[in-house]
Amino acid sequence: MHGRPRKPLKPVDEAAVAAKAEKLRALQSEFLSNHQNKIYSKEAVELSAKLLEINPELYTAWNYRKLAVQQNLAQCESDPESVNSILDEELKVVENALRQNFKSYGAWHHRKWVLEKGHSSMDKELGLLDKFQAMDARNFHAWNYRRFVAALMKRSDEDELEHTQNMIDKNLSNYSAWHNRSVLLSNLMKKAAPGFTSKDEVLTREYELVREALFTDEDDQSGWFYHLWLLDQTVRSEFPLLVSSWPVEGSDISLPAADYLDGCASMNVFHYSSRNFPLVLYFNQSVRGVNSSTVSVSCGFNLNIDLIWKPLSSTDSQSAKVWATHLAIPDAELHSSEAYQVEVKVGFSQGIVSTTGVAYSHPSQISFQLHLQKTPLESGQDSRFGRIQWKDDCFAVYEPGSAEPDLVNLLDNLTIKNEVESTASTWQARIIDDETNIFRDLLDCKIGKLTVARLLTAYNSLRPLDKPVHCKEVLELYSELMKLDPSHYQYYKDNHSLVLLQQLGSFEKLLWVQMLDLSNNELQSIEGLEALQLLSQLCLSNNKFRSFTALESLRYLKSLKVLDISQNEIGSHSIDTTRYLFRSPLSHSVGSCDWNINYLSSETYWEAFFVLKDMGLTQLDVAGNAITSKSFNVFLEKLLPTLKWLDGVEVN
Amino acid sequence: MSELPQYPPIDPTTFDLIVIGTGLPESVIAAAASTSGKTVLHLDPHPFYGSHFASLSIPEFNSFLNSNSAPPASQSCPETACPSDDPNLSIINLNCRSLYSDLEISSFSPTLLEECSRKFLLDLAGPRVLFCADKAIDLMLKSEASQYVEFKSIDASFIGDGDGALLAVPDSRAAIFKDKSLSLIQKNQLMRFLKLVEGHLRATAASVGTDVNQSEKGEERETASRISVEDLESPFVDFLTKMKLPAKIKSIVLYAIAMADRDQENKEISKQVLKTKDGVDRLALYQSSIGRFANASGPFIYPIYGQGELPQAFCRRAAVKGCIYVSSVEINPNLEFQSSGNYKGVKLASGQELFSNKLLLDPAFTKSSPTSSPDDSLCARFDFLTAQNVKSKVVKGICITKSSLKPDVPNLLVLYPPQSLYPEQSTTVRVLQIGGNSAICPMGMFVIYLSASCEDVAEGKKLLNRAMSALLSFPDCSESSSIASEENVSHPVGAEEGKPTLLWSALYAQELQTTGQSDCITSSPTPDGDLDYNSVFHATLELFQTMYPDTDLFPATNPSDEHSGENAES
Repeated sequence: MHGRPRKPLKPVDEAAVAAKAEKLRALQSEFLSNHQNKIYSKEAVELSAKLLEINPELYTAWNYRKLAVQQNLAQCESDPESVNSILDEELKVVENALRQNFKSYGAWHHRKWVLEKGHSSMDKELGLLDKFQAMDARNFHAWNYRRFVAALMKRSDEDELEHTQNMIDKNLSNYSAWHNRSVLLSNLMKKAAPGFTSKDEVLTREYELVREALFTDEDDQSGWFYHLWLLDQTVRSEFPLLVSSWPVEGSDISLPAADYLDGCASMNVFHYSSRNFPLVLYFNQSVRGVNSSTVSVSCGFNLNIDLIWKPLSSTDSQSAKVWATHLAIPDAELHSSEAYQVEVKVGFSQGIVSTTGVAYSHPSQISFQLHLQKTPLESGQDSRFGRIQWKDDCFAVYEPGSAEPDLVNLLDNLTIKNEVESTASTWQARIIDDETNIFRDLLDCKIGKLTVARLLTAYNSLRPLDKPVHCKEVLELYSELMKLDPSHYQYYKDNHSLVLLQQLGSFEKLLWVQMLDLSNNELQSIEGLEALQLLSQLCLSNNKFRSFTALESLRYLKSLKVLDISQNEIGSHSIDTTRYLFRSPLSHSVGSCDWNINYLSSETYWEAFFVLKDMGLTQLDVAGNAITSKSFNVFLEKLLPTLKWLDGVEVN
Repeated sequence: MSELPQYPPIDPTTFDLIVIGTGLPESVIAAAASTSGKTVLHLDPHPFYGSHFASLSIPEFNSFLNSNSAPPASQSCPETACPSDDPNLSIINLNCRSLYSDLEISSFSPTLLEECSRKFLLDLAGPRVLFCADKAIDLMLKSEASQYVEFKSIDASFIGDGDGALLAVPDSRAAIFKDKSLSLIQKNQLMRFLKLVEGHLRATAASVGTDVNQSEKGEERETASRISVEDLESPFVDFLTKMKLPAKIKSIVLYAIAMADRDQENKEISKQVLKTKDGVDRLALYQSSIGRFANASGPFIYPIYGQGELPQAFCRRAAVKGCIYVSSVEINPNLEFQSSGNYKGVKLASGQELFSNKLLLDPAFTKSSPTSSPDDSLCARFDFLTAQNVKSKVVKGICITKSSLKPDVPNLLVLYPPQSLYPEQSTTVRVLQIGGNSAICPMGMFVIYLSASCEDVAEGKKLLNRAMSALLSFPDCSESSSIASEENVSHPVGAEEGKPTLLWSALYAQELQTTGQSDCITSSPTPDGDLDYNSVFHATLELFQTMYPDTDLFPATNPSDEHSGENAES
């Protein structure tokens, strides 16, 4: 709670307000006529100053002044004294305008513009900033401007870091100061400035600082954000690594030959049923630059075109943890029964970089064999489109070391380990362990519970290859939080749901899964599921999904044929709370909209359209949702021409 | 009797009120009475303002304490009643008794101090500061006496231990955040407790309806956060225990924030057990003092040129409103009474008779031995003017050094809670250091005030000496008068770990006496043993109300709150 809103106008008598408005209107029209007639006389410029001091929000007036300055500067280019006086005048006008409203965008921008002309001194600007920050220490305009000035004047990041420390010492509830600190520290660590070379030490220091703030005032939110940032810095590995792939190293894949029809529901795991064959690369963090030049794929047959790698991310079109492409086996090869050796080389040439700018530097290679197999057609036309039933007896219980051990063991074949990563994860685990122990003392309050839950979750994410621990405790913490702090119920619920999903194990170990039943799990989000590119049958019934956007990951599951989303809450909430789990709601990509108004009269199902379009579903169950209606079913049938079964009824 | 140049007689001779002594209570009442249109004559036997609240140079200080410490027997006043010119008048002689005893002055650097002894302004009533939200401040603003005083912020306050270590008092959120001595969990406990108190105060304020907005916003939330009536009536220390605060934090809250005087844990010894209600009020005063003035860094401020500025400011205010001032007047006043027994006026040493409806006296004045009184029944009514056998005393110390207790912190407060110096310590020792930037001593020098309440002066002095030796290093006493010691002082070779070296010290005891009143004659209170002026002002306001029950104290002419920020200079 910042608590410094712009003050509403003081209640003065209406006549005075009217008189003021009249005066302003007169000024404004006079100004506009000056502007239109390009009059930049002394009087005209002064008029605009007067206007801006009353109303700093008038962008036109700022622009007018810029034009006037340019014109006047052009006239007196040789005389440094008059240049100075012109620019000084601008600074004065800005200062007066800011005094009227120090949150005026136009005024701050104008000042930047003047400064970029090389005017004013650092001390003067910092002095002005101190004045404004004393009025409101968290005014983000002032902080933005400070960053601008510091950069322009080449003030060292260390000095600025010191400044944030002073501001925090004065009042620890200064979100802007904490934020600026995170920006400065990122820079310093990136530059490996003296004293900032060891991420371990820097983060340890910062944890100590923010801990003091959180323990001093557990109700203050600015520290929480900083703690969250630190946690992210701790967990995020510095070096992008490939952690898993599909297919895995050394595997044998059978593909049906052309004369066999696809769509068969064989449960032979390595028997992939499409000629359009997915390759999936799973990195330990979001990377960009995965393309045909950074990842080379060679195989026994000719690839006619460059492979197009797509990031599987709904928040970012440039980077993702998981990248996928599809290997289209050319028709010419289809009758061959020989095995093709496929080699995927990742990172042998430069170009893959993490979002923090660290280059991928551990080239790895995945080789596997492709067989084109003649598989007899299992059944006739009818059964081919038979309805898939999600019954318990359709599934074998999988436990580590029991059924199909080969299969699971194979998945561990991709072991890219190195010294750097293992030493790094030691200090990371230590930091998180220490933090967890310290915050256990604060378990009697909201922030304590939340922080411990986050730390335990972070601990799991550090060791993705191991079975997650403390899940029960984390789930309990979120349940307690839901009761303790009902106003943020949905946030805790979403996190609760994510933990439940993580209990499955990390998705990176499940890239081979083709059929998945997640029913009855209170899930609200399936974030991460997009990595399972082989998934053809998915059951999400009896969960807590509340909108189609919560199912956005489905968009990336190009192989999905059978989907059960019945008995959820889709359509009951217009706002999808899972959106704020994404990094930024604003980066939420909507994709190119080829919304075809012709075959849809209503915009009601826009979300459904967005998620389900382009999917080749043959079977869909949506009954038992708020959105369910006859018209929705009509819409679905139109949207999904491949659909054979809708809610158990055969589609004609 | 009087070799002083004869004053011209005071004219007029009849007043609504005669005030003798310019201590703070007398000055406030003189100003208040003048403001409400009364005619007031304000007399002081001393050449300076402030009486027992004055700030004096070293020579003045010496002579004031020496003359006032003199045993009453040496008083030059005649034993017998002066015969009255008018047979209808009865007369009671008054003596000027001393409030002070056991004066001990040590100078370790006579030549150094000789040079600048007049540049000091030593507070008789120190150590004393004002809370920014003090009643005294409000009254000064209301009376407009504030325009004559400027203040310095006290930069920091510390809790001390017997080894001389000073730990900053974590008294605000920022201070708790920055504190290095508290553990994380202690920080959390202390902050939660402060928030609890804050919540209680808000809830109370809301229910009273003083803050309408607040009550609207947080009604449901706040009612739950109220401290129960039962807890409010219980001892504060028990409440702190109930809140599961560890000993260290209890001590901080009790002695460094609530400023409790006596050991609160030992309720048998301690006569003054602070109730939760009062403790909470003191916390509220402390918290509301922080940040009241933008340029005061902490809750306390100190008047530039010393405490003596405060009574002087009220005197100036009184003078503006028509009060007549006569200082350095030799007063051995004889009270004159009509035969009916009603007070009529005073007769000065000069022989001039002055008449008034009411009389307010400096607490030092006492009635001479009863034998001199012509009328026993009359005398009995003024028993409050007899030198009481005062039990409670406060022992005070003043030290002068050339370096600060904390580098770069000129003005600071140190508190030694009970048992912190030694196990038998039963009262808090308060230490206030004021530097040259407050214009009370030459730049680069520091005056350190100490005080402790006590029943026994020897015990009190032991306490102060212990605190002094924890904070200061003493030059070798055998050399104290020689020139060699001078060099030792300026180059403190033997000084322990940078402790300031003592140049000069004074120890003395002062009696504590409350107001006394009979009909038209009132005796004002002595300076109390507190760190702040709250009680002094409270007593003064009560006094004024009993003297003039129907008169408003400084009725607001124009609320001058907008000036409030200008008076604290840092």
